[in-house]
Amino acid sequence: MPSYESVFIARQDISSTQAEQLADKFQTILSENGGEVKQREMWGLRNLAYRIKKNRKGHYILFHLEAPSDAVAEMERNMRLDEDVLRYMTIKIDEIVEGPTAMMLAKNDRGGRRGDRGDRGDRGDRGGDRGGDRGDRGPRF
Amino acid sequence: MTTLSVSRAAVRRPFMRRRKACPFTGSNAPKIDYKDLKLLQRYVSERGKIVPSRITAVSAKHQRKLSQAIKRARFLALLPYVVK
Repeated sequence: MPSYESVFIARQDISSTQAEQLADKFQTILSENGGEVKQREMWGLRNLAYRIKKNRKGHYILFHLEAPSDAVAEMERNMRLDEDVLRYMTIKIDEIVEGPTAMMLAKNDRGGRRGDRGDRGDRGDRGGDRGGDRGDRGPRF
Repeated sequence: MTTLSVSRAAVRRPFMRRRKACPFTGSNAPKIDYKDLKLLQRYVSERGKIVPSRITAVSAKHQRKLSQAIKRARFLALLPYVVK
């Protein structure tokens, strides 16, 4: 059975317990069709980068799953029908990586060491100071 | 190209910069993942556009992976399509 990674966004108006129930619902749909959810992650209520169906926030839920393709198709069909689901994306992955994803790691970090921007320094020399390195562009007007 | 000729070119043209190595090539390079926003944000301009690899020095192979990851993150509203 292939491995998949599925993320869906639930409407902001539902509570986090309701979001859990929604995730349970999709999980049972998967197991009824012979699939199995290996790992589930709740990213919580996050701000959306842009509005989706008039929502500014959403509950993000991630599944790492192993299932036959028709089980995934059935889960996606139910996600389309459910009005609490704003968006979903299922992608095939080579293998399931154990442990929390980058998203959870970033979330856990945030409490303790805020303002620590060690990672950024790289940006300095990307601007226009690379004279001569760019290919020539035609005149702009 | 040998180091000698590079340094000679640098003498001739003070603005010549050493070509940076691809940040995703090498043993302890980060994995490109659409969930790793901190990583992706470095390769997106302030307007939300994907920064060309000639500026970030990402190799062509990894730039393809990176743009795929950024587009996935955009679809899930983790990254914006445009910043106005």
